[in-house]
Amino acid sequence: MSKKDIDKITGVETTGHEWDGIKELNNPLPRWWLWTMYACIIWGIVYVILYPAIPLINSATPGLLGQTARGDVAIAITDAKKAQSKFLDKISTMSLEDIRKDQALFEFARAGGKAAFAVNCIQCHGSGAQGSPGFPNLNDDDWMWGGTLEAIHTTITHGIRQDTDDDTRTSDMPEFGADEDFGKENIAKVANYVASLSNVKHDAALAKEGAAVFEESCASCHGEKGEGSQEVGAPNLTDQIYFYGSTVDDFARQVTKPRHGIMPAWAGRLDKNTIKQLAIYVHSLGGGE
Amino acid sequence: MTSLVKLAVYGIGALLAMIAASKAHDTLFAVHMWIFALAAVIGIIVTARRADFSGKAKPARDPDAYLDSVVRAGMIATMFWGITGFLVGVIIASQLAYPWLNFDWAYTHFGRLRPLHTSAVVFAFGGNALIATSFYVVQRTNGARLAFGNMAWFVFWGYQLFIILAATGYLMGVTQSREYAEPEWYIDIWLTIVWVAYLLVFLGTIYKRKESHIYVANWFYLSFIVTIAMLHLVNNMAWPVSFFGSKSYSLFSGVQDAITQWWYGHNAVGFFLTAGFLGMMYYFLPKQAGRPVYSYRLSIIHFWTLIFMYIWAGPHHLHYTALPDWVQTLGMVLSITLWMPSWGGMINGLMTLSGAWDKLRTDPIIRMMVIAVAFYGMSTFEGPMMAIKSVNALSHYTDWTIGHVHSGALGWVGMITFGSVYFLVPRLWNRERLYSLRLINWHFWLATLGIVIYASSMWVSGIMQGLMWREYDPQGFLVYSFAETVAAMHPFYVLRAIGGTMYLTGGLIMAWNVYQTIRGNLREETPMGEAAPAAA
Repeated sequence: MSKKDIDKITGVETTGHEWDGIKELNNPLPRWWLWTMYACIIWGIVYVILYPAIPLINSATPGLLGQTARGDVAIAITDAKKAQSKFLDKISTMSLEDIRKDQALFEFARAGGKAAFAVNCIQCHGSGAQGSPGFPNLNDDDWMWGGTLEAIHTTITHGIRQDTDDDTRTSDMPEFGADEDFGKENIAKVANYVASLSNVKHDAALAKEGAAVFEESCASCHGEKGEGSQEVGAPNLTDQIYFYGSTVDDFARQVTKPRHGIMPAWAGRLDKNTIKQLAIYVHSLGGGE
Repeated sequence: MTSLVKLAVYGIGALLAMIAASKAHDTLFAVHMWIFALAAVIGIIVTARRADFSGKAKPARDPDAYLDSVVRAGMIATMFWGITGFLVGVIIASQLAYPWLNFDWAYTHFGRLRPLHTSAVVFAFGGNALIATSFYVVQRTNGARLAFGNMAWFVFWGYQLFIILAATGYLMGVTQSREYAEPEWYIDIWLTIVWVAYLLVFLGTIYKRKESHIYVANWFYLSFIVTIAMLHLVNNMAWPVSFFGSKSYSLFSGVQDAITQWWYGHNAVGFFLTAGFLGMMYYFLPKQAGRPVYSYRLSIIHFWTLIFMYIWAGPHHLHYTALPDWVQTLGMVLSITLWMPSWGGMINGLMTLSGAWDKLRTDPIIRMMVIAVAFYGMSTFEGPMMAIKSVNALSHYTDWTIGHVHSGALGWVGMITFGSVYFLVPRLWNRERLYSLRLINWHFWLATLGIVIYASSMWVSGIMQGLMWREYDPQGFLVYSFAETVAAMHPFYVLRAIGGTMYLTGGLIMAWNVYQTIRGNLREETPMGEAAPAAA
């Protein structure tokens, strides 16, 4: 062991230890460091006295403030509910139409519907309710099952093609590809005819022949002019808004083996009040009837 | 004689592994047993080729000559696993920005690559750096050769085997779903054996020491080795479904399981990434600066307060969960009192440079060490701050946590390791100097700017994410959907991947520099701090 010596640069004494050429200065603890550490410890002791901290046999010391995380949450939820209750109570009792006419109530319901939509609906309908292939855009005025407040409310409540709900909206387009009498030729003709209804590129000769096929097999649901029917959820075929693709091939595929969308019935999953708010919100997006 | 014993041990090991492989209940276990068997067979071949049955006495070796070959191997392993870990990090950062990079394939999916990244960086890169430097430091500061013959080599190769088992396990989907402790029960048992050997070598070397006092770096290394052993044993208490299968179940359940995991997880940070690397700093920083350590007293006080307080800070990972309030309170209080003990290391590191600050202009290695200590100080302030419950309510589950971890891992752990590697390589391979100091300067700037881009983009995105999650409109309804908060992070995810790529590039420059140094090449260049000569 080497002897204690003085470091020339700082003038501080070393401890006299040396390892592989490393020495240590005998500087005291920096005062600010020590006092900050003491302050942290004192603060810690105070905090431990004020808040739940010391474990006992069956519980822990509750702390002078009596604060608990669960208690805080309960208070926050109570306060939030209280702040919303005057609106929520009115929404429960009033009709959708009356809610829409009351400006303050309408704005509240719309905000609540937007929040519920963000949690429950955007997975299919998109963050901006713009839809995606197979899932309708809710911003336009093209409604398959109706765009009035009541119709939207019914669709949300009972869903579409939900076996679990007796009042669900349901309809099945026939599978023409499985119908041997109908045949592939007729499918091609009618697909071209449907394309002609919305000015999609098509074979004019086939489309002309398809008109008769359409009238016989399709018009009962989709209407004489292809304008659709909200009674049976048959889409309008003339408006250039497409669900499963926008080419003749896509139409033929749908006629051959139709795809059918489903939507959950939200009754039971969401409370009635929230469903009303959702109906108001969706109706307000721009296409409400 | 020892060769025969070794051969027998390897032979039995290979046999047992092959029996286990043949009886395996699942392919994953069988693959791992075959890896064990392969390792044992390699052991047999190497031992048999080196064995000397002639009975002639070997030439006597100086019993005090340092065992540095294992440190050299550790340097190579540190570099290799470091670059691997950084690369996987860049890949998963890019996956978060562009999810198609998952390629819809299990083996390249984020869920499997993410633990591969964390473990490659923490345990493979950090672990090899700690083992190698501790073997170097413990010999130098105690004036003694590593204890127990070649056991240090067993530690080295045993640890590489652990890394290979863990890494292949992540890719195949073997996991016990405990963060930073994903490897299953049989890999945990193997690591326990290796770690006990490590402890024996380290303690045995200290026992043989020629200095009466034990140098501070060794306290930190020892606290790291002992505490990691304890954490590893407790957190991995599990019972296998079958002794021939890869699946096991934890002995803990519910909130006890969660707090055991985060007691482990937080102290993996505290004792692996903090205490261990402080050991590294306490040797390499004064050596490189050529200055005495600032304060012996500070090193004592900050060492004991640090290890006393760190072990209790884990509950701050479980604020506002099912964890009882009193545990959350104690976790928060002890995290905040940990602030000054952590800063003691920063003060001792920075103040050691007093009288040597001019070297910052000419010595990029010192620069790396200083930036490491600066990031250490910043992270150890940020950590206690994030442990405050009201701050945590905003920061928890956001990218702020990721930013915090990386300013510590890239800034502190990475930079102090790079500095130490640059210090060691010329000495270990007996080279006059490194191939190029200017390349170190490039590495320094790429890494520093990379960290700054990484950490600041994660701060911004993390705080934004936390604020978006809790944003209410005037009517009291949440404003944003989760998907909207994810979409808002995209630009920051891209920036993060860019920062990570810069850091990886710095690592590759280091590998080139080290490779050239080992080959004995010296780059002719203008010394640091002098202007380049004007073009003729």
